[in-house]
Amino acid sequence: MSKQPFAQRRTLLKLGAVASAGLAAPFISRAQNKPIRIGMPTILSGRVAMLGQASSNAATLEVDKFNAAGGFNGRKIELVIRDSKGQPQEAARVARELVTSENCEILLDAEASSGAFAVHEVARDLGVLVMHSVSETSSLSADPKVRTPLGFRCARQGIHDAIVGGAYAAQIAKAKNLKRWMTVSPDYAYGRDTTSEFIEYLKFFNPSVEVIGDVWPKLFQADYTESVTRLLQGKPQAIYSALWGGDLTSFIDQASIYGLFNEREFFAVNMADYAVLTAVKNVPNGLHSGNRYLKSFPNTPANTHWCNAYQARFKDLPLNWAWQNAAAVQFLTTAMKKANSADGKKVADALRGMTIDSPFGNNGKLTMRAEDNTVVDYAVGWGALEPKEPFMAKPSPGNWKQIAELEMQWKKRKSFA
Amino acid sequence: MELTALLECLGSVSCIVTQSSTGLIIGALLFLVAAGLTLIFGVLGVINFAHGSFYMLGAYVALTAYRVTDSYALAALAAGLGVGAFAWVFERFFMRRVYQSDVLLQLLVCYAFILILDDVVKIVWGAEFQSMGMPKSFQMPPLFIGGGVVPVFYVYLMLAAGLIALLLWFTLTRTRMGKIIRAAAQNPAMTSALGLNTRLIYALVFSFGGLLAGLAGGLAAPVRSMSPGMGFSILIESFIVTVIGGMGSVSGALLGALLIGMIRSFGSIGFPLFVEGLMFLSMVLILVFKPSGIMGKAQS
Repeated sequence: MSKQPFAQRRTLLKLGAVASAGLAAPFISRAQNKPIRIGMPTILSGRVAMLGQASSNAATLEVDKFNAAGGFNGRKIELVIRDSKGQPQEAARVARELVTSENCEILLDAEASSGAFAVHEVARDLGVLVMHSVSETSSLSADPKVRTPLGFRCARQGIHDAIVGGAYAAQIAKAKNLKRWMTVSPDYAYGRDTTSEFIEYLKFFNPSVEVIGDVWPKLFQADYTESVTRLLQGKPQAIYSALWGGDLTSFIDQASIYGLFNEREFFAVNMADYAVLTAVKNVPNGLHSGNRYLKSFPNTPANTHWCNAYQARFKDLPLNWAWQNAAAVQFLTTAMKKANSADGKKVADALRGMTIDSPFGNNGKLTMRAEDNTVVDYAVGWGALEPKEPFMAKPSPGNWKQIAELEMQWKKRKSFA
Repeated sequence: MELTALLECLGSVSCIVTQSSTGLIIGALLFLVAAGLTLIFGVLGVINFAHGSFYMLGAYVALTAYRVTDSYALAALAAGLGVGAFAWVFERFFMRRVYQSDVLLQLLVCYAFILILDDVVKIVWGAEFQSMGMPKSFQMPPLFIGGGVVPVFYVYLMLAAGLIALLLWFTLTRTRMGKIIRAAAQNPAMTSALGLNTRLIYALVFSFGGLLAGLAGGLAAPVRSMSPGMGFSILIESFIVTVIGGMGSVSGALLGALLIGMIRSFGSIGFPLFVEGLMFLSMVLILVFKPSGIMGKAQS
């Protein structure tokens, strides 16, 4: 009898435990099925809103594909997309809010360079995994003082384009004996860095090239007439430009009526993107460009299929920012599966050195280089443009072995390695 | 600073022809926008900060009209008339209510419309930049005059701007309507007391200012990429022009626009990294030595 109260108490405790386990079960199950929230700051208003739109479209396309295939252990990804208006301080504020208020576990940063550096610091401060999907500024991942263990880049890099473009342009310059060069690029960090890197490698591959003048119109300038006539006065044999988007479209239209492209070779790193190619009504023959995104480069069924799927859903052609964001989501989802976790640190460990199958790879694969957390082996190339599809009939793909070697030398010169 | 290049240019006929025509075309397009801005200020006494958005709207209306009609002339006309009609509505329902208010309130009303119009453009025409492309009739090699290069399209644009300047001058100085407008600008109370409908005059002038901005957007459309927010940079330059020429003076706007055009054209040869600086410097010098502007009248 004396044991009776104990027995009753134990029974009560057991019943309590069972009951609480039963009550808690739905919550545990709900936590397991809780969506993985990925915060995405990008530019959805202002003059470059179409780039942010292309980014969010592509990321959504990939996330939906992933969710439709069952997600990660039953958990689906939820993209939380916010407009930064293209302002770095707003990008930083939005990124912080996405993590602290919106409970995002990962940041997919589709911000241009100025915003990307701001988001990078927020992610460092909060200890959150960030995948930069747009910024092309090499130092973001190359400079060890800037780089963080949880910061990755799935976007092309200026230095890669410069090496490939320099090699390609040097070859044309040798063949056509183009010695007098001028440049016309937007007067801000991207324009100046990209131009100086291109010229550096152009001269590296063809030392006989001489740059006889440079023109620096301001960003978003409406009228390029004085830039065009200054180029005409310089009488160069070839011109390089890092203008992009609507600025490049205006420049091409305004330069065409002066006949600037008639007797000169024109190299524009940002021309081969559908936003420009479809906006310029009369693409002059003989222009050269680096690829941004083209359905035909790489010319594989996977790339064509991806482009068709994008076009079918959004009734628009994908842009450079689109493929980069699609690839970024592909990296993140593959890393989650590999790490068997959605925890940022574990996903980051899985990402380092990871190679994935991707339509945007040079050989159907993309690699997240372990030493600087940045994507390599993507399809990068230059070629002569045509006014109609496929726009670049014979692209010259970059040699990634050569890119890696020269990039390492560049890093050493910059004390990054 | 590349003074040698500038001196070389000034010693070469071909360079002078190319750069002078460049200055004229930059000035001509700036004049069309600035003329409306200065006209509105001169008569109504308000600064229409939404003027750049009128220019943007004109470019987009022209784009649509060109796609529908395949006619550049009709596109430019539609741009002018369409924006003129919009400016009438804008004046009637919004600006009219803040004429007597603080400049800050006027600025806020205009700024609200800048944002609204940017979003409207995004909804109607899309966020991506667009281009009209050069009309077929202008797709021809440039003219070579004295070795200098002058695009045919720009010759037409300069003629169009010159004709508009002439019409403006004639209307304002040689017609009854011009007299009424000048009277309303100088003494609205007296004009009203004489039985003239000043409200209607204000609406007409505001609408005509909008028409000029829309026309400028439409005329320039073949050589401009269009995107929401494109009106901002033209607004800044138009302000510089009106300050230099004299707020409220149409002839001053013409002089200011041509001056800015020449500064940008020849400045890009001699001072390639200081072209913007030269523009603002000229404005500062005018403000210091003749605050009312080249053709502006000092306030008593």
